[in-house]
Amino acid sequence: MLHIVKKDVPKTREKIVVRLSAVLAALAVASIIVLVAGANPIELYIGIVQGCFGSLYRFAATIEKMVPLLVLSLGVMVAFKMRFWNIGAEGQFLMGAVGTTLVVRLLPDLPLPLMLLLMIVVSFAFGAVWLMIPAFFKARFGTNETLFTLMLNYIALTLVTALQYDFWKDPAANGMPKIANLPENALLPSAGGFNLSILMAVIIVLAMYYFMNRSKIGFEIAVLGESENTARYIGINVTKTIIIAALVSGGLCGIVGMMQTTGVSGALSTEITGGLGFTAIIVAWLSGLKVPFVVVNSFAFAVLLQGASYIQTAFQIPGSVAEMIQAIILFFILGSEFVLQYRFVSDKTKSEVA
Amino acid sequence: MEFIFFLAAAVKAGTCLLYATLGEIISEKVGHLNLGVEGMMQMGAVVGFIAGFTFGNPYAAVFCAAIAGAAGALIYGFLTISLKANQVVTGLTLSIFGVGFAAFFGKNFVGKKVPEAITTFFAPIKLPVLGDIPYVGQIFFNQSIYVYFSYFLVIAIYIYLYKTKWGLNTRMVGENPVAADASGIPVDKYKYFNIALCGALCGLGGAFLSLVYISIYPVNVVSGRGWIAVALVIFAMWNPGKALLGAYFFGALDIASFWLQQYTLPVSIYLFTALPYLATVFVLIFTSMRKSSNKKEPAWLGKNYFKEDR
Repeated sequence: MLHIVKKDVPKTREKIVVRLSAVLAALAVASIIVLVAGANPIELYIGIVQGCFGSLYRFAATIEKMVPLLVLSLGVMVAFKMRFWNIGAEGQFLMGAVGTTLVVRLLPDLPLPLMLLLMIVVSFAFGAVWLMIPAFFKARFGTNETLFTLMLNYIALTLVTALQYDFWKDPAANGMPKIANLPENALLPSAGGFNLSILMAVIIVLAMYYFMNRSKIGFEIAVLGESENTARYIGINVTKTIIIAALVSGGLCGIVGMMQTTGVSGALSTEITGGLGFTAIIVAWLSGLKVPFVVVNSFAFAVLLQGASYIQTAFQIPGSVAEMIQAIILFFILGSEFVLQYRFVSDKTKSEVA
Repeated sequence: MEFIFFLAAAVKAGTCLLYATLGEIISEKVGHLNLGVEGMMQMGAVVGFIAGFTFGNPYAAVFCAAIAGAAGALIYGFLTISLKANQVVTGLTLSIFGVGFAAFFGKNFVGKKVPEAITTFFAPIKLPVLGDIPYVGQIFFNQSIYVYFSYFLVIAIYIYLYKTKWGLNTRMVGENPVAADASGIPVDKYKYFNIALCGALCGLGGAFLSLVYISIYPVNVVSGRGWIAVALVIFAMWNPGKALLGAYFFGALDIASFWLQQYTLPVSIYLFTALPYLATVFVLIFTSMRKSSNKKEPAWLGKNYFKEDR
């Protein structure tokens, strides 16, 4: 009989080979859907690549899609490292955007540098608080954080809906339910399609690399994720660690709200997240919760997202096809993890080992 | 009288949630948190509508919807049971897939009407005797056959989970697969069966929307109701009977903002839509504070079982 056993840690080369084969297999399956949609799969895939790298403008669009995904994934990663399943990145993102808009509404006349700085601080705080609520209950009563953070996404969304349709509705928009665009002194400076959020993302990546791999608290988070008992035994303050990790995780997701409001959309709206908070969970997980891989995978997903929006206009292919291709690739990569972590042995070889 | 109409409408609005919630309860009872409810409902809704539109036969429509939901669930099942993939990530991916699937295959059907044969088949039927009970009859027993079937399912699933050997085994797998395996229960088979059942029920919930609840197929017929169903499972504390009450309560909240538009209220009606989620959060907190095990989530929820780790 065949048995499944856990493998040793797979080598980087094996990982790359397995993942790439998974993507190729997924693209082969996705081709069927593309054919049904009435397009040539090969042309379409080339189209995706052209849509991302075909010109400086398109490349800037790819990077613009990568930045929020990258920061969200890093945020989610911190919590996941502690086995704290923060699937509330959408909500923290939204709350960060609410905080950003609030700053502009309360202090509309601040000079740009001061305005941006204050917005960063407030959006971080809003995102952090939105995750610290479930973190507090998790630490105190063991309340299930997966479901709690999921619910908070929708509570944040309703809040933004109420703001957009009621409280903060722009009276100058002829009855259209939208929140007024931010003034000039609250927009991220940009040049040639690249805005300042790229620089912010670079700083955050470096800081997170240090935080996760070199700092004491990063180590404590990792230990706590491995085993709560070990953490307690070596004298780690569990409640404090959970709260700090939640602060960083939620705060980073909150900052994304500021980046997108001031750098991309120009106004808070219910559509601002575009589901990126959920995609970030997948990115963080597939990256094995390691900062360098998060960077690589965020880029790969940004290519998919940007490619998808390009083929919609260039090939008249509905966006839903791109969504399905994305999901199929994910299914295959998730399945391929099995090959990396387990192997089959027959009874015979097992007894020989024993 | 108007309030009675509101309650009857709440039952109708809650029925799609009830199907999906019953499905997710079964899945979570066997230890699998499937966040793909939204995706499976979308798949059921679109396949149900296309089958109904093509064949004009209500049985075919409902059957195809259940199959579509179960097929989605089996993708999730294969990845999480056999290939030990992370449940949260796989479920989210299934939701992305289902939303894309429904948008793509439903594109050519947007604006099409539900066929006459199906509309008449699912039209409200007043039940004899029960339908004549004042108030209660108008609310519960003057409904579509699709709604009546959900009453039956609540009882059937309650009996399945709590009064049969299979249900006992199912719950044991969700609470402690190690012990279940040791006592000779085929863990994986139970998982596959219950996850497929969950998918079929979610598919039926989606098809209720596309075949009964609406008359013209819209761009996005499910539009986030799957996530409410995930919340409802917790709100109902994994109990089919409470799921019924919860579904109607959430159904009432779903249509409340529409009904309340005619009155001037001191608060924004948009905030009402947050109530289901807020209520769920409170239930989560209180159940975790109380620590009574039969009102909490199954102990092994979200964790995969790896036989050789035993």
